[in-house]
Amino acid sequence: MTSENKGGLIIEGINKRFGDVEVLKDVTLEVRSGEFFTLLGPSGCGKTTLLRIIAGLELPDTGRINLCGQDITSLPATKRQVNTVFQSYALFPHLSIFENVAFGLRSRKFADEVVTERVEKRLEMLGLLDMGDRYPDQLSGGQKQRVALARALVNEPEILLLDEPMSALDAKLRAKVQEDLRRIQRRLGRTFLMVTHDQSEALVCSDRLAVMHEGRVIQYGHPEEVYDFPKTRFVAEFLGAANLIEAKKVPGGADTRYGILRLDEEPSWTRGLLAIRPEWIRIGEKQPGENGVRARVSEVIYRGTSFDLWLEPGPLRVRTSSYRHFRPGDEVWLELAADELTVLEDDA
Amino acid sequence: MKNRLIMIWYGELTTRKSLLRRGLVFLSPGMLWLMVFLVLPGLVLVAVSFATRGAYGQLEWEYTIENYRRLMGFSLFGWTSDYLLILWRSVLVAFITTLVSVILSYPLCFFIATRKERSRYLWLTLVIIPFWTNMVIRAYAWFLILAPEMPFARLAASLGFIAEGSPLYPNAFAVYIGMVSMFLPFVTLPLYASVEKLDWSLVEAAQDLYASRIRVFSQAILPQTLPELSVGVILTFVPAMGMFVVPDLLGGAKYMLVGNLIQQQFGASRDWPFGAAISMGLMVLTMITLQIYRRRSKETDHR
Amino acid sequence: MKRTHPIITSLALLTMGFLYLPLLGVAVFSVNSARRGLVWKEFTFDWYIRLFSNERILEAAWNTLLLAVISTILATILGTVLAIGMDRFPWSKRTRNFLDIVLHIPVVIPDIILAAALVVAFGLLRVVSSLFDPGLLNMIIGHITFQIAFVALVVRSRLVAIGRDVEEAARDLFAGNWYLLRRVILPLLMPGIVAGAMLAFTLSLDDFVISFFTAGPESQTLPLYIFAAVRRGVTPQIHALSTLIMIITVIIAISTERLTRKDLFGREKK
Repeated sequence: MTSENKGGLIIEGINKRFGDVEVLKDVTLEVRSGEFFTLLGPSGCGKTTLLRIIAGLELPDTGRINLCGQDITSLPATKRQVNTVFQSYALFPHLSIFENVAFGLRSRKFADEVVTERVEKRLEMLGLLDMGDRYPDQLSGGQKQRVALARALVNEPEILLLDEPMSALDAKLRAKVQEDLRRIQRRLGRTFLMVTHDQSEALVCSDRLAVMHEGRVIQYGHPEEVYDFPKTRFVAEFLGAANLIEAKKVPGGADTRYGILRLDEEPSWTRGLLAIRPEWIRIGEKQPGENGVRARVSEVIYRGTSFDLWLEPGPLRVRTSSYRHFRPGDEVWLELAADELTVLEDDA
Repeated sequence: MKNRLIMIWYGELTTRKSLLRRGLVFLSPGMLWLMVFLVLPGLVLVAVSFATRGAYGQLEWEYTIENYRRLMGFSLFGWTSDYLLILWRSVLVAFITTLVSVILSYPLCFFIATRKERSRYLWLTLVIIPFWTNMVIRAYAWFLILAPEMPFARLAASLGFIAEGSPLYPNAFAVYIGMVSMFLPFVTLPLYASVEKLDWSLVEAAQDLYASRIRVFSQAILPQTLPELSVGVILTFVPAMGMFVVPDLLGGAKYMLVGNLIQQQFGASRDWPFGAAISMGLMVLTMITLQIYRRRSKETDHR
Repeated sequence: MKRTHPIITSLALLTMGFLYLPLLGVAVFSVNSARRGLVWKEFTFDWYIRLFSNERILEAAWNTLLLAVISTILATILGTVLAIGMDRFPWSKRTRNFLDIVLHIPVVIPDIILAAALVVAFGLLRVVSSLFDPGLLNMIIGHITFQIAFVALVVRSRLVAIGRDVEEAARDLFAGNWYLLRRVILPLLMPGIVAGAMLAFTLSLDDFVISFFTAGPESQTLPLYIFAAVRRGVTPQIHALSTLIMIITVIIAISTERLTRKDLFGREKK
């Protein structure tokens, strides 16, 4: 048991192919004990397969999985201290809510009193106590999701896996459930590993997240870190909006269509991409000290708490909460500040 | 970990070998039964169709194709079309039965589909009841309706079609009546499933374009209901070809179908080899029908 | 609500009339006191009462029921186990196709071919054992043979509908093989098994051809009895018998409908 990650999950060098398709390519990850970790990626990126491998529902071709210092790679699902909230919830339709939640305890032959006590505790925590006698098809989507959560948590797993837990809920409910989920995780202090394709879900819930694309983990870290400093074009575009600027390396900066821009870090390429988030571009009347760009507003989109401006040349997108109203045709100065410009790893 | 033998199957970590071993335990009782009482007898039937009938109706294992030659009409006394005619008639009866059932099913389905929710269920049950009623009883019921004392026979007699005081059976007409009433629900029930979920906006669009009724049907309704319709058609056509009860009761010797011919060989004539050969003939007709159906349904899938 | 054209309505009603006219005719004449001929005399339940003192009919009824019950029970067990065996194990595509074809044979071929094959097979087996003389045993075997296929198909489609999710969830929740089968698969499968059994039962009651070919002198069933009786001419007693069978059919048909329409899961209380 390593001191840094006791109770954590270590995934090393996982490869998996289905026929000709390589679903996972050398995936290595570490989930720390007690954290809420999210695997974020578009559908088909292999995140669900990775989750299923951790749950013991799929075999990896190569690689190891270590949970709480124990190698569980070749353990069957029934022997892993891991429980899953399935995307479809997979509740047992013929069993009452109580029996659904009790399933994992009963199959391990816990005494009736223990079962009742533990199930009721979970039902109460999730506000389901008076639903015990109902059946899954009598519940709303949000209630079903909580039953699935209770059914997994009652077993006190070392790690709880959540496979797109919100995908069956409507948008309004989703926002609330995201926060609830976050609170539950904090309260229990258990390790949660969630899979989602929804970036806002990932940002709201996670302590740390990993962005996956085509079977690889591209970047992982704290949400702010990944959001502010995307490593590749894919991450920049998948996680929120980004302006991408083609550039050529020159001493001290990069040559772009907006002239020479000073950079804080030196690119590893000679030709490549720079990224800047729309909300990090400063907009004003006066020419800034450096990295200034003269631009014309071509479109203004009102987004409730902010405005999105599209500017030429570009197009560049700028998000501003300024009270000042811009109109199409206005000439403005933009500042693409050096500390906000991210050098992406991709070659142009 | 790259062990081909280990696998996870429905969440269970196991080996392919032990899974298949367990699978075999599940499979064998039922499959053994079907092998012994279905496949094997089928093969025996094929073998018997090439055997010879002994003088007293016993089987003699002397290889011959005489039974098939006889079915084709060749005999000691030259060629006759008798058996081929019966085969052809079976196909014809099956075809007409199917056609009439389809023609009658559409209005019935439209009618039921446009009822209110509750009465729709009732009407559907009314179609299901004859579907489940014993065939012998339903054929027998026509005996009663077509009896000489009943209005239909009287009408026919007064028009001079049949002699005064005789029933409207056994004849071709009675066979068709009986067959259609037997098989109508086989078409109606699957067809109803598709008529109920029919996209009426397409039909209305066609009507808005002043398409004739026939065009509305053939271009807006028929394509939408084709898959279920062909299920109904196959459910009717195949068993109708081999039908035995209806022609036996309502057709008698006057309108024999292949089913009766087979029964005769296993019953009164006690000529198993010939009976087996006729069964093979019916089997071939069935296979041809199923093949046509499979090809057609593949075509519609690709569209 | 869409309206139907009057022509369509009248065609539909005529068709229903066509389906029901003979059945109603039989029912009406079953309560007519006239012994011969089809003239209305007066209302009576006499013919029904006499049914219950007709020993041959009672025996045929008993045989029908015995045949249906025994064959249904065996076919339901065999068919259910077979369906699980076909659907839940990693058979190769070729094996799967082969099993599928065998399973579909009794469904698609005309029953008279199966009957002919059984006659020949039993005829040859008779050389070995007199067990295979025409009679109830042969009929039971014949019925099971086509019932298995229908039960297995119904149960299998239910298995497919249950899907992989709940089984994986059960494994995730530590269920072993036996616990999974007893607590998840069988309860979820129960509606399918019941529907399959009901189908098998009605198919057995309904069957004429297989019984006709495999029956012996001691093993008449009701359809066989009616078939034989018709040749001697229609009688009020046969009307009554037929009507009674129809009523029983209606009850079974409706209760099967109800059962399959009711929520899909046989429920279990805490």
